[in-house]
Amino acid sequence: MNKGKLNYRLVIFFLAIIFGIGFSMPTFLQTEKGAKISLGLDLQGGLYMLLGVKTDEAIKSKIKSIASSIKYFTDNNDIIIDGLKVTKDSVKFVLVDPDEEKNIDEMLKKIPGLEIKKDGLNYTINLTPLEIEATKEYAINQAVETIRNRLDQFGLAEPNVARQGKDKILVELPGIKTGEEEQRARELIAKAAHLQLMAIDEQRSDRAYTMTQQEAKEYGDVILEDARVPSKKHIVKEVPILDGSMLTDAKVGFDRMNQPVINFTLNAEGSKIFGDFTAKNVGNRLAIVLDNKVYSAPVIRERIGGGSGQISGGFSVDEASDVAIALRSGALLAPVKLLEKRSVGPSLGADSIKASMIALALGFVLVVIFMVLYYGIAGVIADVALIVNLFIVLAVMALFGATLTLPGMAGIVLTVGMAVDANVIINERIRELFRQGVSIQKAIEKGYENAMSAILDANITTLLAAIVLYAYGTGPIKGFAVTMSIGILASMLTAILGTHGIYQYLLPKIEKRKNLSLWFGIKGEAK
Amino acid sequence: MQIFSQDRTYDFMGKSLPFLMLSIVLILASYVMIFSKGLNYGIDFAGGTVVQVKYEGKAPIKLMREKIAQDKMFANASITEFGSPNEVVIRFMSSSDSVKEDLGDKVAKLLKGTGNFEIRRVDIVGPKVGGELREKGIMAMVVSILAILVYITFRFEWRFAIASIIALVHDISIAIGAIILFKVDVNLDILAALLTLLGYSLNDTIIVFDRIREELRESKSNDLFEIINSSISKTLSRTILTSLTTFFVILTLWAFGGEIIHGFGLTLLVGIIVGTYSSIFVASPILKWLNFSVEEFKKKEALKEKRRIEKEKMRAQYEQGIV
Repeated sequence: MNKGKLNYRLVIFFLAIIFGIGFSMPTFLQTEKGAKISLGLDLQGGLYMLLGVKTDEAIKSKIKSIASSIKYFTDNNDIIIDGLKVTKDSVKFVLVDPDEEKNIDEMLKKIPGLEIKKDGLNYTINLTPLEIEATKEYAINQAVETIRNRLDQFGLAEPNVARQGKDKILVELPGIKTGEEEQRARELIAKAAHLQLMAIDEQRSDRAYTMTQQEAKEYGDVILEDARVPSKKHIVKEVPILDGSMLTDAKVGFDRMNQPVINFTLNAEGSKIFGDFTAKNVGNRLAIVLDNKVYSAPVIRERIGGGSGQISGGFSVDEASDVAIALRSGALLAPVKLLEKRSVGPSLGADSIKASMIALALGFVLVVIFMVLYYGIAGVIADVALIVNLFIVLAVMALFGATLTLPGMAGIVLTVGMAVDANVIINERIRELFRQGVSIQKAIEKGYENAMSAILDANITTLLAAIVLYAYGTGPIKGFAVTMSIGILASMLTAILGTHGIYQYLLPKIEKRKNLSLWFGIKGEAK
Repeated sequence: MQIFSQDRTYDFMGKSLPFLMLSIVLILASYVMIFSKGLNYGIDFAGGTVVQVKYEGKAPIKLMREKIAQDKMFANASITEFGSPNEVVIRFMSSSDSVKEDLGDKVAKLLKGTGNFEIRRVDIVGPKVGGELREKGIMAMVVSILAILVYITFRFEWRFAIASIIALVHDISIAIGAIILFKVDVNLDILAALLTLLGYSLNDTIIVFDRIREELRESKSNDLFEIINSSISKTLSRTILTSLTTFFVILTLWAFGGEIIHGFGLTLLVGIIVGTYSSIFVASPILKWLNFSVEEFKKKEALKEKRRIEKEKMRAQYEQGIV
């Protein structure tokens, strides 16, 4: 007769228990170290957003910056051009002096990705299709980077910003607790933070209220609102002197009236352009424009070297700090738009945890009790496997750094059902063999053998469904598919291998007692 | 404890006609619902906004309706109780793509003066995302059915695959009928429930088919009805037990899991009942209609067995160096 001894199945099962308990402990005890399962936004509260990027805007601003370079070059080299105009996707101008054609062409050649059409001295400059693709791609990546930088500096716990698919950005902010905080975070994300230093068109400044935007465009001008007094208007040159891309730093400071302001510093190139411009335009006004609003328009008294400036505009301290963060992290090349948003208040998350925990625990206890009542000790063995299964699911989730969501919890509940099913099938097969009068050892071995094909086929089809669900699902559905898949795989280890090992270990005892009612919950005595 | 005697063989096939009629009636009723009323798509698939509001005390729904209606944007908003009288959800079809301005805040502003409340959840799904999610959902359904079809054909036989898919379509159709009947909002969680049901329903059918396959190999009888009856009877205990345990687990989820998981639980509860029923009364009779022949199956199996033995022989000879 076989002595109760260790067998390879039992050893594997033990290792599985150690693995399961070991790696799920950090989650249970919430230790400092070790991989833990984090709660999804639906359980802990927070903000989830899926953003789209308006990449067409990036093309527009690229075109504008090309116009800026042309203007800077021609101004500095005393080349006279006329009608420098920016459209949705092109820059147009007329060269006045034909002798300068070579100079202009050489300069344009240095800017990569341009498609230059010439009709005599009429220039039309477009971006090549390749350059357009690259600009869009860059705008998306830049938006991800910029939003990530801004949120990192905003001071919330564990912000997650990631590119999703071809042109979407996923933003997850678990740390948000109040509506006001959410509002600030959303404004910070959406802020273009597009700083421009622009020249006021002094010749036409008195017509700011009478001209239409269309007319202004004819002169290469644009009419902008004042930031403090929205009814006040400024007329400025459309092509900016320089923009925020030449910024190195932005900090909150206080002016003489003790009002919060933002002090910014320009890089070397920006300082030079700024210095040159101010030297040539003493007596004219310079507009400091943030996101198409004029914050101030001081008169230039002398050449400004050193490359620093100030934005004042009646900010609150919070606002000034957010603007500074946005300027430091850089401008969004293209504005973002909201595609999907889910925000869950922390109290709702807590309620959800409580409710699903109660449901999970209750369902679990129900199954455990039922198995013992119906199958006796065989039921206890199945329950042990079930509990280990639960630990393994949690351990694997922790190792993968998975997040537990509400649907994920539902997935765990369903795994409980599947894991029990395997043991029900096995136990029914064993009982069947007992009825045929087979010996205990043979009944157990043959029972597992007979049950195997059904369990495998059933588990594999469910696993197939779970994999497809993962492939096509998004966010929460993925969580559901993940917990279910891990659960199914773990149940093969615990419910099939684990319980088999236990039976093999206990076999001598079962054979000694021969009490089928106690061991397997059926009447009669085994041979 | 023991509920079903495994020694008894019940005559399921002989009594399949009334059950068949029941199935046909249920499926027809479901399709009438699907085509007349249609699925009640929630914001995940239709796009739109859901705002969940909790009041201190009972929510003044009538007053809320008046206040909300002040803004034309929310003209078609529906306000319904959510789980308790204190809590309501406001649903409307419009969504906004502005990151800065929030529809939740707008609602909160409109609701000012209706009492002490807290905005607990704001879900906004743009129309484009909703369409994408719907497409993906349908793809998920189709692809998983195809994958399973291939797997079962490989493991069993094509008639088994067809029969299990018919049983599956039967279950899902009736579950969808129930979703419409109980006015459940179809969101991502319902899709997950339907896909779970898909796995579960197949599970049940496969356990019975597995037994039929086994009986086909071992039984001396060539009578398909007899084999099916005996197989279903022998697995009946398992079928009922597993269904009951799963049913109770889902029941607790449905009863205690909170309002958010309600639709999910309900779909699965209906699905488990129908899935159990169909694996007994629907899947197996279909084998007969598809002209499944026991003799042919046995011949094929015998041929397979012969080939296997031949191969083994050859391998043995090869290993011994005879060939």
